Amino acid sequence: MSITQSPATSLRVLRFDRVQRGAHWANALLFFSLMFTAIPLYFGSLFGIVLPRHLIEMIHLWSGLALPLPIIVSLIGPWGKAMRRDVRRINYWTGEEIRWMRTLGRSRLEVDKFNPGQKLNAIFVGASILVMLVTGAMLQWFRFFSVPWRSGATFVHDLFAYAIFFVVVGHIVMALTHRDTLRSIFNGWVSRSWAERHAARWLGEEQPDHTEL
Amino acid sequence: MSVESPRGAPKEPPNGVNVGRRVFLGLAALGALGVAFGNSVQNFLGDAIGSGLGGLLPGGDRFRIYTITGTLPKISRDKYRLQVSGLVDHPTTFTLADLQSMPKTSFTKAFQCVTGWRVPDVHWEGVKLSDLLDRVGVKSGAVAVSFDSYDNADTESLTLEQAHLPDVIVAYSMLGAPVTTEHGGPVRLYVAPMFGYKSLKWLSGIRLVDAIEPGFWEQNGYPVNGWLDGTTGPNNPDPGLT
Repeated sequence: MSITQSPATSLRVLRFDRVQRGAHWANALLFFSLMFTAIPLYFGSLFGIVLPRHLIEMIHLWSGLALPLPIIVSLIGPWGKAMRRDVRRINYWTGEEIRWMRTLGRSRLEVDKFNPGQKLNAIFVGASILVMLVTGAMLQWFRFFSVPWRSGATFVHDLFAYAIFFVVVGHIVMALTHRDTLRSIFNGWVSRSWAERHAARWLGEEQPDHTEL
Repeated sequence: MSVESPRGAPKEPPNGVNVGRRVFLGLAALGALGVAFGNSVQNFLGDAIGSGLGGLLPGGDRFRIYTITGTLPKISRDKYRLQVSGLVDHPTTFTLADLQSMPKTSFTKAFQCVTGWRVPDVHWEGVKLSDLLDRVGVKSGAVAVSFDSYDNADTESLTLEQAHLPDVIVAYSMLGAPVTTEHGGPVRLYVAPMFGYKSLKWLSGIRLVDAIEPGFWEQNGYPVNGWLDGTTGPNNPDPGLT
């Protein structure tokens, strides 16, 4: 992690370290794999067009089982410092942030590293990983559960899948329409002026480290 | 040059609310409630707004198309043949027209998959298996019926007694139309009182045999008697399904 000698004049700020970028892209790859294989599994008439069904099932199953790994691995251990810090940021909301979310962005807000919408996206992704993993496992090892529970697990798995599709598409649209923000998940850095515009509160806190001339 | 900041972790905002944890646990609880009560909710909605609309709801009332081979056997309705053989008086090959000229049985019943999904109010039409067996004449040594599929992979079996249940049919119509390829058309088995895996698709042959031959799914661990209520019996030692 590079840092400048004179933070006051730094030109760019580290938004995501290597561990976080790795976790994001590993997670994205698994989500993509799961969503891509989910389509023919859900819309039966489409299967067999690209890959044989049992292969699709295998990819879906193993991607699903691997799903919690990027986040867990990036959180634990000495390398997870920045990740743990961001989880804390995402967890704790100020009254200002709650008001901003309630008014859908119309109230005043000195933005943290992530705005409340971005925080909500992260929370939803985290929760849906847990829910999809548990219900998916129930569908895979259905014998251990009563038939109504299997039906319930199918219901929840499908319902969350719909929500995930909307959220992920929204996430990608937001990323593509905010190119300077998007860049930081590739190379880690945002410009100082970006941080002043989009994450003033964070810049105030983060100023002494993770900045570079 | 690399330096770790001594004041790395930001302090929790003094008036901070752990929204993250609350929303996370809220969504997890929603998922748990859905698992526990989703089935009842779906049945209620299905009854309240009809299965047609229910089918539009995510998760509800839709078929998942499973195959063993990963391909759909395409059999034209003209070329379709059903061979009935084994311990019968008159081994017979039926065309689709032959089946359609026999007494028709139709009813509306749910399709329940062993993995949990269920499609209520499916309209079925075909020939009672018992009518078909009467037509060919079952020899006295026969105790079970084995079924073969045009996918050359799936097999199924029923006891002779089960085969005579009035809601076990050789179906050529489903959901108000000829059975489609993905649903096992032109002709499939429908065993209403059992889980969906017993309702073999792309039915190619019916053999009368002197002992139960566990089918494909049974060889992969499913109970031979796939009763929906999970009843166990001498052929169904697996108590896992309840």
